[in-house]
Amino acid sequence: MRAELTVNGQHRSDEVEPRLLLVHYLREVCGLRAANVGCDTTSCGACTVLLNGTSVKSCTVLTVQAAGQQVTTAEGLAADGELHPVQAAFRQEHGLQCGFCTPGMVMAAVGLLSENPDPTETEVREGLEGNFCRCTGYHNIVRAVLAAAAAASAAPTETAVPVDTEPAAPVDTLPAEVAG
Amino acid sequence: MSILGTRVLRTEDPRFLTSGGVYTDDVVDERLAGACQVFFVRSPIAHARIRAVDVTAALSAPGVVAAFTAADLDDLPAIPPMMPGLMNDHMTRGVLASGKVRHVGEPVAVVVTEQAYQGEDAMELVEVDYDPLPAVVDLAAAASDEVLLFEEAGTNIAANFGDASTLDDHLFDGCEVVTARRIVNQRVAPAPMETRAAAAAWGEDGRLTAWIPNQGAQGTRSGLALLLGLPEEQVRIITPDVGGAFGAKFGADPEHAVVAWVARRLGRPARWSETRYENLIAMTHGRAQQQTVTIGGRRDGTVLAYRLEIVQDAGSYPRIGAMLPYLTIMMTPGPYAIGQAEAVARSVVTTTTPVGAYRGAGRPEATAAVERAIDLFAAEIGMDPADVRRRNLLPPFTEPHRTAFGALYDTGDYATALDKVLAAAGYQDLRREQAERRARGDVIALGIGLSSYVEITGMGDGGPQAPEENATVEVHPDGTATILTGTSPHGQGHATAWAMLASEELGIPVDKITLKWGDTDLVPQGGGTGGSRSLQHGGSAVRQAAQELIEVARQRAAAELEASPADLRFDVERSTFAVAGDPDASVPLTRLAEEERLLVRTVFSAPGATFPFGSHLAVVEVDTETGKVVLRRVVTVDDAGFVLNPLLAEGQRHGGIAQGAAQAFLEEVVYDGDGNPLTASFADYPFLSATEVPSFELADMQTLTSYNPLGVKGIGEAGTIGATPAVQNAVVDALAHLGVRHIDMPASPQRVWQAIQAAAGSGAGGSSTGSENA
Amino acid sequence: MIPAPFDYVAAESAAHALDLLESFGDDAKLLAGGHSLLPMMKLRLAAPSVLIDIGGLAELIGIRVEGDELVIGAATLHAFLAASDLVRAEAPLLAHSAAQVGDPQIRHRGTIGGSLAHADPAADLPMALVALGGSVDLLGQGGTRNVAAEDFFAGYFETALEPGELVAAARVPRRPGAPWGYQKFVRRANDWAIVGAAAIDGRIALANMGPVPLRARAAEQALADGASAAEAALLAAEGTEPGEDVHADRAYRQHLARVLTRRALDHRT
Repeated sequence: MRAELTVNGQHRSDEVEPRLLLVHYLREVCGLRAANVGCDTTSCGACTVLLNGTSVKSCTVLTVQAAGQQVTTAEGLAADGELHPVQAAFRQEHGLQCGFCTPGMVMAAVGLLSENPDPTETEVREGLEGNFCRCTGYHNIVRAVLAAAAAASAAPTETAVPVDTEPAAPVDTLPAEVAG
Repeated sequence: MSILGTRVLRTEDPRFLTSGGVYTDDVVDERLAGACQVFFVRSPIAHARIRAVDVTAALSAPGVVAAFTAADLDDLPAIPPMMPGLMNDHMTRGVLASGKVRHVGEPVAVVVTEQAYQGEDAMELVEVDYDPLPAVVDLAAAASDEVLLFEEAGTNIAANFGDASTLDDHLFDGCEVVTARRIVNQRVAPAPMETRAAAAAWGEDGRLTAWIPNQGAQGTRSGLALLLGLPEEQVRIITPDVGGAFGAKFGADPEHAVVAWVARRLGRPARWSETRYENLIAMTHGRAQQQTVTIGGRRDGTVLAYRLEIVQDAGSYPRIGAMLPYLTIMMTPGPYAIGQAEAVARSVVTTTTPVGAYRGAGRPEATAAVERAIDLFAAEIGMDPADVRRRNLLPPFTEPHRTAFGALYDTGDYATALDKVLAAAGYQDLRREQAERRARGDVIALGIGLSSYVEITGMGDGGPQAPEENATVEVHPDGTATILTGTSPHGQGHATAWAMLASEELGIPVDKITLKWGDTDLVPQGGGTGGSRSLQHGGSAVRQAAQELIEVARQRAAAELEASPADLRFDVERSTFAVAGDPDASVPLTRLAEEERLLVRTVFSAPGATFPFGSHLAVVEVDTETGKVVLRRVVTVDDAGFVLNPLLAEGQRHGGIAQGAAQAFLEEVVYDGDGNPLTASFADYPFLSATEVPSFELADMQTLTSYNPLGVKGIGEAGTIGATPAVQNAVVDALAHLGVRHIDMPASPQRVWQAIQAAAGSGAGGSSTGSENA
Repeated sequence: MIPAPFDYVAAESAAHALDLLESFGDDAKLLAGGHSLLPMMKLRLAAPSVLIDIGGLAELIGIRVEGDELVIGAATLHAFLAASDLVRAEAPLLAHSAAQVGDPQIRHRGTIGGSLAHADPAADLPMALVALGGSVDLLGQGGTRNVAAEDFFAGYFETALEPGELVAAARVPRRPGAPWGYQKFVRRANDWAIVGAAAIDGRIALANMGPVPLRARAAEQALADGASAAEAALLAAEGTEPGEDVHADRAYRQHLARVLTRRALDHRT
């Protein structure tokens, strides 16, 4: 069936199997291979991307579920060849070694900071509980996220992440009746 | 201004952060155009005869190109055990199981499809008829030879290292105190974030090109050639980015050979991407030793004698794991001066996943054993474990010190490392806080655990010759340089570190220096990356090549400037040769590459392995009502000689500490009695996440080695080796006041709680604190 | 790793979803966030031939006050529930429970309806709903019927949902200011509970102590009879026969139930 969605700001229309996982759509159809598959049980977060600005595990989203929505991958973070502040912080703090978990980790961190711009160390660690890393022991990843938060509060900048002005988040009221 | 010793940011990072690394599954190459996808049908049963494999139904599934069983791959030789002659030669396997399966996950058949999504659909249609046999999981049962994995072998013993008859019955004579304990160094999964993979294409010249994530392309080429029965020249290995390895991506696995075979048989490229389930049951596991430690000495804290007896679980097919007891035994006494020590080991096959190398590979097991023994001894005599360690550590030495186990420690100052870590942690304050909590009867107990360790790094490339590594450095006319290395980085940052070393000699900036590795056509020889060898061998080779290049360039500069080479000075800052006293008579280094290529290939030989060392201190909180362990602090000294790039060295220590700690209180591969793996997903295998560890506290200590001009030893595995026993000892220490003397790893909540109950039940001191009656 | 093939249709309304359920029959499953269903399908533990997507239906999303209850649309995200000022004021145990589910990414997709319909006895929201004395609105062709939480959970991954019904909403009593406690015992932060306990208003619910979230009735009775939290908690595991796995055997689970119940009764989280 046809799936139309926006990926890193570009509108796409592709014929896909309903069971095509978003992570495979991004990798194989869009050629965006930064997001990686690291597990089978929605545990490791290496596939994390932003869907309408919030972090999701793209291995557990069907491409067709993302129809009409905005996906942002690590490739879409940097603007005009400049590293996104979170990416820059990861480099500065040596928050990556083999790099396999990194795109997902960075996207999760971007998502975390968009919801909690000034997290404590504990909040960073809990915020990244869905992202596994085998190389760094998390120490420098946490430093990178805290550094990115500090830099952002020191000099707030436009994020390079395209976000819906009207996110598809639910409103705090239900319609009075559910038709049935 | 030397760049060595400074925190140079990694030149690799921008690429990894933006477009992402290019791992084997990401590789897009015209040689792989039209590749088919390979899927392995794996045994769901631990031990069985294979009656029949029927692929008929699978062949008619959508997109299926072919399906093969062992019978089809009969042109491939049987795989002998890792070290024939040292291991039981009858313990062979095929690339696909033939006749028998011996572990859950052993590949039995292969299905090949056009597209990746078709593979699992087709695999479900393969029918295998198994005749079940009893599983052999328990090591004692395996060693009894009651149920044999290999009938022709006549035994399940894969290898022996010494034997029990050589043990000295009088070893502990004269000891005032002797204590013994059976302990477990449990099976863990290396679980790199990138699973295994392979992509294979055959050229019209009959050569195989294989893209495989590995820890040394040259070793992988040898391994793959052997599996395929080919001369090595017919195989080219290309190493894409590798998403972690930790010892489990050395050489070649049966699956890699099958992928190559499929590509040849079908006349088109073939690719395989391992799922995490496969990875957790078919990538080699780590550790898996049962140990008996016996330690004796005097009440004043002097250890007089120590014995280590090991049973190594080899898994079903002997691979390097079956040999690792050799290293464990070599490191038996650790950093201690123990007058009498002995060790024996045997490796036994079981119907489980084969055991291989995992960060530390044989040495963590030695350290964990002696560190547990030291603490058991300390508890027995009622002495502070720090004091027991200090009393027994080898005094500092700068000349090589040979131990009774044949290891030649190069340099060491173990007592200083211990004192540093105690000071950095505030040891006395911690003991005071612990005492206060105990006096109050706090439910949350504080535990402080120590380890002192020495480990062996840079053992060479496994061959009998002295450890060595090659490097080629080339300077280009455009002001850039290229390094070829025989190492194989997969996160360690060699591109940056080797560039630093070359930059230091050549005066070319780090970001203008490119590192190449991992393509056997480009770098036909090399020892890869593992055993913490890369900097001391590979880095030394790069430095040496760069220095030799300057000398070659000096001759050219002399000709160019019509001066004597002896009158020339090389100004590194400006990367320029000049005649002494005549600065206008100068020529830049890069100009000397214009007419003729300017490159040097060199081999650096090390006199032997080096021995980094250190001390770790872990602080845990144990909830005595639930048994849950929270790791609060890990403070370490990891002395690996000169620190080339503190950023990279710290990263290696952090990662090592995390893995070491994870083994102590979290991770374990579990099989049930039928050999079924119970931890075959990241939901079930308690892979460490960021919430389970704190930030680590690293203290600096650099005791140089004389074995290479940089004075460096290996840092990659040291953190793991030190952290595991420190955390384990901390958990036991937390509960010492309740009468607990030992808890096996991992110190899971249930295990901890059961230990508390057992100690309370035996009335071995302490109240029944920790029950709900409080 | 990837699901067996299936067809997918996005429902245009709840009514449309019911029509689709009726026409596809047993072969169809409803999809909201998919973070209970898709993991099972990826492991091929479930293989419906049709997925009916109700995740985007505005009529199933959101939280409102209805008398002395909060009504939460089934397709409301865990993250939304956890952050809702309304829920944190009126039913903080529920908001806290939603904040414990999985990890942030999972909470950005998973829904309360999906979690309740999945009925994993080790999960957070089923336990919370039972502790709160909540209920679910089940929508079918004949209209909506309300089922009390304890009647809704029928067994391991089994609910009172009839074929052709969907979970439309969850209902919980408004209890602003009522003391509550919540305990989720895990080895790693994003694990399912080895054992869980939630307590409010004299009710105690346990997770992973049986095939459904259980009420610790003996402990509740003791409380009602005037026992202290510590005394009542000793009875928390009475009558339970919890399963055994790599994390815990029966005795240890029952011990945890007692400890966690006491802590929940002490209003700890």
